[in-house]
Amino acid sequence: MTIQETENQIIDEFAAVDDWLDKYDLILDMGKSLPPIDPKYKTDQYIISGCQSKVWLYAEYREGKVYFTADSDAIITKGIVSMLVSVLSGQTPDAIQSADLNFIDRIGLKEHLSPTRSNGLASMVKQMKLYAIVFKMKG
Amino acid sequence: MSFNVSDIRSDFPILSQTIYKRPLIYFDNAATTQKPVQVINAISNYYEQDNCNIHRGVHYLSVKATEAFEETRREIREFINAPSTHEIVFTKGASESLNLVAASFGKKFLRPGDEVITTIMEHHSNFVPWQLICEEKGAVLKVATILPDGELDLENLYSLFSERTKIIALTHVSNVLGTVNPIKEIVAFAHNKGIPVLVDGAQGVSHLKVDVTDLDCDFYCFSGHKMYGPMGIGVLYGKEKWLEEMPPYQSGGEMVKDVSIEKTTFNELPFKFEAGTPNVEGVMGLRAAVQYLKDLGMDEIRAYEDKLLQHAVSRLSAIDGIRFFGEAPGKASLVSFLIGDIHPFDAGTIIDKMGIAIRTGHHCAQPLIDHFGIPGTVRASFAFYNTIDEIDKLAEAVNKVKTMFG
Repeated sequence: MTIQETENQIIDEFAAVDDWLDKYDLILDMGKSLPPIDPKYKTDQYIISGCQSKVWLYAEYREGKVYFTADSDAIITKGIVSMLVSVLSGQTPDAIQSADLNFIDRIGLKEHLSPTRSNGLASMVKQMKLYAIVFKMKG
Repeated sequence: MSFNVSDIRSDFPILSQTIYKRPLIYFDNAATTQKPVQVINAISNYYEQDNCNIHRGVHYLSVKATEAFEETRREIREFINAPSTHEIVFTKGASESLNLVAASFGKKFLRPGDEVITTIMEHHSNFVPWQLICEEKGAVLKVATILPDGELDLENLYSLFSERTKIIALTHVSNVLGTVNPIKEIVAFAHNKGIPVLVDGAQGVSHLKVDVTDLDCDFYCFSGHKMYGPMGIGVLYGKEKWLEEMPPYQSGGEMVKDVSIEKTTFNELPFKFEAGTPNVEGVMGLRAAVQYLKDLGMDEIRAYEDKLLQHAVSRLSAIDGIRFFGEAPGKASLVSFLIGDIHPFDAGTIIDKMGIAIRTGHHCAQPLIDHFGIPGTVRASFAFYNTIDEIDKLAEAVNKVKTMFG
């Protein structure tokens, strides 16, 4: 699936949900379905720390595509991390770099990507795009 | 003014709004307090009628504003019972006051091998400036620890004093634990050894009646915005004998006596430490805030806030899995807690969606949070415009968090 197709799928899931409480229940479920990161990557080396919730991110480059695994110590963050991974993992560096990820805004969770210190998500997105640039350069 | 919470609440326009279709419940007072109309009006009146530069000029507005400014200095002196207005310096806030003392006292008095004592419960603003000046001067920073209930470990603190100690810098009230430190006792101990004491009063002035003469501390720092005044204004109280000895922190206009190409001499206290045009609107707002607090009475405020604290502790401790951080006797009206193993960010996000403003994370006190080995806490900090009903809503919200993440 393309980035846009995955994003649309997520947007559709959230469109069915009006109440913010149900929205967060959905995010929690997504967090539970995030494939676990290999424990050897849950170290300081792979941390993208925000002020409050930690995010670990590992990336690999195989056959022209970038694959991500990730985790977070906060469940809501884990849920959004799960969405970002499902959208960006298995895509080409070019696709990742140019993704605008406005689906987060469209599902009403813009505050979670705001550039405050309160979470590592904004930094995570930046890091994912950086990985894409580096992998592309290295070839 | 009699203590009637709904009358008081009507003085605070911001409290009547709704957040996510729910009435705003503002429990983040340790971060900043809301402002009564009296403070807001003082600021807009200043700009509408009285604005001009002060301490210079002979025209009518200038004289009027200067008088109001200096009258506020006298009122602050009285509010904290300081001996003299020479000892009341207006700053940008507690952080600047603390930086001023660390830099200026440090510059004059710290030598390589000297020691500065602080505590593990400090806000970064009373920790980092000391860390930096110690690094710069080759001095050693010693950090006193706490007991499990969040009280300062006095035995440990006193054991840190040595021949090389030059100053001790500690908080009056912890912004995470609510612990009220026994300043008077600590000052007596330190003075016995000839060591000055700086007190970070950022959380103190809004909850307690502060009497710097009774405490006998050498420095006391606080911010206007944490005591119902505006942002960008604060106070440094410093005993005249220290402020006289200490070199200026910032220089420029106002703080000089004579300036020539060869040499500059400095103004007398407190102006030596007030470079540039002051935050006059801030002082006007602060004046109104001090008046508001005087009208309510600090003792009445304390008594009411105690009731709020007791209710919060009682409602929250009934929730299975609640862990409190900071349970010292006589603590100020805030609670820091975790709900089982639920991450504070998760809890805070849901509590926010219920219209309740609390704070989560390390609260600018990373050494303290690391000491507990936790990612942060959820903190609800109360003010005299909060109500028992609001605390009940917080308890409901915490139960909701438990259900969702438990």
